[in-house]
Amino acid sequence: MWIYVFRRTLLLIPIFFIISLVVFSLIHLVPGDPIDSLLGPGSTAADKVALTKVYGLDKSLPVQYGVWLKKFITGDMGQSIIEKQPVSDMILYNMPFTVRLGLASIFISFVLGIFLGIISAAARNTFIDYISMLIALLGVTVPAFWLGLILMLVFSVMLGWFPVSGSGSLETLVLPAITVGLGGAGLIARITRVSMLEMFNKEFVLLLYAKGLSKPVIIIKHIFRNALMPVITIFGLRLGWILGGAVTIEIVFSRPGIGNMLLSALYRRDYPVVQASLIFLTMAVIIGAFLADIMYSYADPRVRDVYK
Amino acid sequence: MIENKKTEHKPPWLVILKRFSSNKMGMIGTFLILCLILVAIFAPLLEPYSYKEQNIDLISSPPSSSHLLGTDDFGRDLLSRTIRGARISFVVGVLSVAISVIIGIVIGCIAGFYGGVVDLVLTTIADLTWSMPAILIALLFVAIIGAGLESVVIAIGLSYWAQYARLVRGQILSLKNAVFIEATRSMGASDFVILFKHLLPNSISPVIVAATIGIGNAIVLEATLGFLGMGAQPPTPSWGAMMSNGTAYLFIAPWMIIFPGLAMMITVLGFNLFGDALIDIMDVKNKESS
Repeated sequence: MWIYVFRRTLLLIPIFFIISLVVFSLIHLVPGDPIDSLLGPGSTAADKVALTKVYGLDKSLPVQYGVWLKKFITGDMGQSIIEKQPVSDMILYNMPFTVRLGLASIFISFVLGIFLGIISAAARNTFIDYISMLIALLGVTVPAFWLGLILMLVFSVMLGWFPVSGSGSLETLVLPAITVGLGGAGLIARITRVSMLEMFNKEFVLLLYAKGLSKPVIIIKHIFRNALMPVITIFGLRLGWILGGAVTIEIVFSRPGIGNMLLSALYRRDYPVVQASLIFLTMAVIIGAFLADIMYSYADPRVRDVYK
Repeated sequence: MIENKKTEHKPPWLVILKRFSSNKMGMIGTFLILCLILVAIFAPLLEPYSYKEQNIDLISSPPSSSHLLGTDDFGRDLLSRTIRGARISFVVGVLSVAISVIIGIVIGCIAGFYGGVVDLVLTTIADLTWSMPAILIALLFVAIIGAGLESVVIAIGLSYWAQYARLVRGQILSLKNAVFIEATRSMGASDFVILFKHLLPNSISPVIVAATIGIGNAIVLEATLGFLGMGAQPPTPSWGAMMSNGTAYLFIAPWMIIFPGLAMMITVLGFNLFGDALIDIMDVKNKESS
């Protein structure tokens, strides 16, 4: 088990380098000069050269990459060109908001998704099944930002139950988390249902019935446990969806967060901020998939045996 | 002696068509997609007003008998703009999925057919891309090539290729040692002929299924980018741009957001139902691509 974890952890290091290289080179293909937006009216060409030097933008790209990577690893992510403060401070400030939104959405996805999946599999081809699958399908098809706007319209404006935007209290978290979580819930419900239905036809289930166990016990204790495997894997791989959803939803509800930070930096061509937030989001996705892998191998010994 | 038994073989597409027509959800999906295509083609005929005609007397007016879905902040008829938006969404969806599929097929073929280091590198890149949220990749490309409808098509195409590459690679791997490929090779066929004439046609059906659902995803991504101000620029009546514009008026003119969103939801639902039905009847093992 630990050998497997160790090997998978080592694999994260080259992935980090690939991602940092890709993000760095792509960002430098972006047209538009951030220095231009910094210079006030009436500044000379000499001012521009001086300022370019201050931000190290006059050196060759490989050199810039080396310098940047070395600083990045030691925690110095540079200075925001527009906000004039260290990028690491901005990340530290925004990160908790995104993490909170992410965790709340994952919670909603799992609870709602698994609930819908189980009841629709247990009541296959009945009215309950159709209704749950319709909810799941809507979760997958409704664009997150639109759902967010509609929820805001109904629950904040018309009913006045939740604040329209903001980030301080727990109430401000409810609508954004439901918005992001519903897409994941739809996905999980569909996978749970399919993998549970597959289990129903297995011989061991027939044996359990023969033993005289009741249906609820069989479903919860035996079928569900086995059916959870694909849910864990696919969810780990799709953790990116949650983060992708969070990026847009932070804008919809004007919440602070990494996504909001990334987008405003993109509009203003603030390279250091864009780079750092992209790498953070990307690594979060990769690490999510990594954790799912570990969980999966913990639950299914056959997976880690491959690595022996 | 072997007698030639005459068995009647129905062509495979007829079998599929027959099975498909008994799938209720799939038929609903087909109906919704057909509606979208018809609306997209005949948009200029269906619009009650011109989609860019401004009516200063009727700014942000609620749905009424003369403007069924209401008007926007310039007094433009929302029904006409939503109809015109169907055309944009459909074209964006199909074109960007075509780009993804072409990239995916080329990369998947190379990786699956040649194997070794090439395969390892390509598969790693595909896996990394696939695990990333499409919106992040698309935002990155839009940032590089600039906002606008054309760049959005390219950006979406570049965001979604990985799943097709994985599908094609898997199919090619499972087929490339088949007896009929060996036979073709022994007849002196070149790699190119084997790959594109024999392997690819036999690997294409899961790609088609994934692409159907992919069109729905691409339409949502286009709208999301439009909503973030990175997609089609005003006054183009893209659903995303319309909703982005409507955000500021959410509390006074919610119809500006509700109707384009509903149109998009129905469209995506159509592609999803159609794709799900295809998976069911062709028994393709890619439940995760939903």
